[in-house]
Amino acid sequence: MSDKLSKIEKRTAYILLLPAVFLVFSIILFPIFANVWISFKEVGLKDIRIPEPRAKKIVKSLKDRPDEIKIIYKLRNSSLILDIRDVKFQDKIPKDFEPLNLDERCQLKSNTIYCNFGNWKAKYKENFQIILVNNSGKKIDKKEIKSIKPKLSGKSDNILLNTNFTLKNFKKVFFQNEFFDLLSTTFYYTFFGTVGSIVFGILAAQLVNQKFFGRTFMRSILLFPYVGPVVALAYTWELLLDPYSGTLNNLLLNFQVIQEPLNLLGQQYLTINFFGFDLKLRLALTTVIIFEIWRYFPLAFLFILARLQAVPKELYEAADVDGAGPIQKFISITLPQIMAVISILFMIRFIWNFNKFEDIFLLTGGASGTRTLPINVYEQGFTISDIGMGSAVSIVIVLLLLIFMFIYFRLLGRRADEN
Amino acid sequence: MKIKSQILYCLISSIFLFSLVSIWKVLSTLQGIDLQNFNFAIILTLGIGISLINLIIGDKIHKAIKSIIFAILFTFVDGYLLQLMPIWYNIGIFGILIFYSFKIDKYNQKNLKLDHSSQTVVFEFLTLFGIVLFSFVILFPFYMMIVTSFKTQAALLINPLDFSINFAQDIKELFKSYFVIFDTYKFGRYILISTFVSVGTVIVTLIFAIPAAYAVARLNFFGKNFLSTSILIIYMFPAIVLVIPLYTVFSQLGLRNNVGGLLIVYTATTLPVAIYMLQGYFKSIPKELEEAAIMDKLNWFGIIIKIILPLSIPAISSVALYVFMIAWNEFLFSLMFLDNPNSFTLSRAIQYLSGDAETPRQYLMAGSVVVTIPVLFIFVYFEKYLVSGLTAGSVKG
Repeated sequence: MSDKLSKIEKRTAYILLLPAVFLVFSIILFPIFANVWISFKEVGLKDIRIPEPRAKKIVKSLKDRPDEIKIIYKLRNSSLILDIRDVKFQDKIPKDFEPLNLDERCQLKSNTIYCNFGNWKAKYKENFQIILVNNSGKKIDKKEIKSIKPKLSGKSDNILLNTNFTLKNFKKVFFQNEFFDLLSTTFYYTFFGTVGSIVFGILAAQLVNQKFFGRTFMRSILLFPYVGPVVALAYTWELLLDPYSGTLNNLLLNFQVIQEPLNLLGQQYLTINFFGFDLKLRLALTTVIIFEIWRYFPLAFLFILARLQAVPKELYEAADVDGAGPIQKFISITLPQIMAVISILFMIRFIWNFNKFEDIFLLTGGASGTRTLPINVYEQGFTISDIGMGSAVSIVIVLLLLIFMFIYFRLLGRRADEN
Repeated sequence: MKIKSQILYCLISSIFLFSLVSIWKVLSTLQGIDLQNFNFAIILTLGIGISLINLIIGDKIHKAIKSIIFAILFTFVDGYLLQLMPIWYNIGIFGILIFYSFKIDKYNQKNLKLDHSSQTVVFEFLTLFGIVLFSFVILFPFYMMIVTSFKTQAALLINPLDFSINFAQDIKELFKSYFVIFDTYKFGRYILISTFVSVGTVIVTLIFAIPAAYAVARLNFFGKNFLSTSILIIYMFPAIVLVIPLYTVFSQLGLRNNVGGLLIVYTATTLPVAIYMLQGYFKSIPKELEEAAIMDKLNWFGIIIKIILPLSIPAISSVALYVFMIAWNEFLFSLMFLDNPNSFTLSRAIQYLSGDAETPRQYLMAGSVVVTIPVLFIFVYFEKYLVSGLTAGSVKG
């Protein structure tokens, strides 16, 4: 009885899971594996359009012969690279019409012209003509003839499905592409963004953990940057930071903090004279990191606040009795209590910042020294139109991610063991 | 010890006062007032003076009277320094001083002698300072977004710092940017598409996620642990590594420029977190209820519909709100999949608008306000349900 029941249970479970698993598999897992396949191919953006045989129909009346009409089909292969095999063509002609001197590749069957054009090379073009004779004696309606659309079909290779593989993309990724520049920018962005958002998260959580008027209100507004749409926020910042019309530069100029406007998003380096040393600050990258901190510290704030509110009050009371000051309390009570949350947060934010695309894309588009790996995927794939390269960079991202995740889950596992 | 904490108190409180006054000056400048100097030295001296007098007077005078005296004094000096400021500016300064005097009132010669009093002073003022600064930094961009959408290009060219809104003008003039984006740029249509995609994603995600979450929470089957961890791992994978294969496949299947294609992708990307959140909640529902239902010969479908669903309305609604917000805010896939202006979502439409350098920025900001308001409204209104979900990691990003 129970055996039968557990069988039913299993079957039900699989039925309930099937739709979700199928969808996730086809939209998330399949593409990750497909990336591997594509990354070993030389594919451009234009190659992924499946070649189609096309025909544009033009109807012309003939001056000296009113009962005849000429139809020109402008035939072409839509692809510039791939051939189409076995092109078939069919078009209906109205009743009472008959083709004159039909091309030898074609034949007429019950008011329909069938043609077999064979193979079309890439870029193939042909003007194919048919002359129709009107037998009914009625006036010829050109529009009617034109409204009938010809049907074409053909077979072609799909460049994505053949088995020609190459290592070219990976060679390019690692050797020609200033790969280590990319990698270091990505890590710089990820690391400082993560640390910054955690530091500000701690500060904000400390604030909101105290009692003051408007505390709940404060907690809501602190989360605004995190829940607002990235497009709106990025463009607002872009307007604020604009070197000429931007509010920030105008304010700083107005209060004489700076003498010349700063192009915060468009300038790669800012040279700062520091006790006689010229320090080069990566200006645009720093601005982008500040945006990132502004947008993502709320997550750290929420996590840490939740943890802080769970710290037993007795600990602080005991510290008061012992005569500890606020700094001591923070270092010896608060910090150890939130350490676990911070390490988990660090990993989560690190992984997510590592993959951040939208924020940089909208702010700088990857210019002025802010090109990270995810931006590079987009640029390779859709600006340079090299799908294969884009996939290869994606693969690099996935591999690095797997390493981070391995560390993260080890960390989670250890935490679970400790508790 | 006594002197040290008193000096610290005077210094830090006057720096706090200076920053309050400076933020007020920045905001006033943005209303078109010509202010070019923060008067750091004078304000700081005034602040130190006021906090010293406060120490000396102590509670010999009632704190309300004391505050009013300080405020009048400061406003007068500040007004004399700057000359001819509008009345609302001075009222603001007066208000700031009243607030400030109330804050420093609790410090007197007695409690500044206590242990750690200097640390406490620093901490308390840093807290106040932090609250003001955080609120300012967070809200300022949102504030600028709104006020810019009510200005005109010409007015901003004359004075790029004047963001005052002229309420005396005709409503049509005031909301001109909004009329333009709805009339010329078809934002009405984009709102409809965004709403359709987001609501559609919510419905489809719930239909897929509820049974799956129930199976993970309640039923025993081979590979259950593997599935639970996979959900988390899959959730970590970023959209950017999915983009190229999805783009190629969707192009070949003719699913690009198709709102339905976008809906499928959004559903798949929100499914893992929806399942994760729901199964956690389902586990907390007492099993006995279902056992009774099995006695009544209800099948699994019946159990989900009749028992689980009614009991988990709060969890389901919070998942629904999240999925809605994620789909509404999503940008990358809409950038990749939509390039026909007839099928744009709001985010994509704004990005498209910004691609034209000629587009006046107030239109861009009006569009941003339109896309931001619904999300913030949902968030504030349903905050109770949403905050706990955020810590469960429901919004990736």
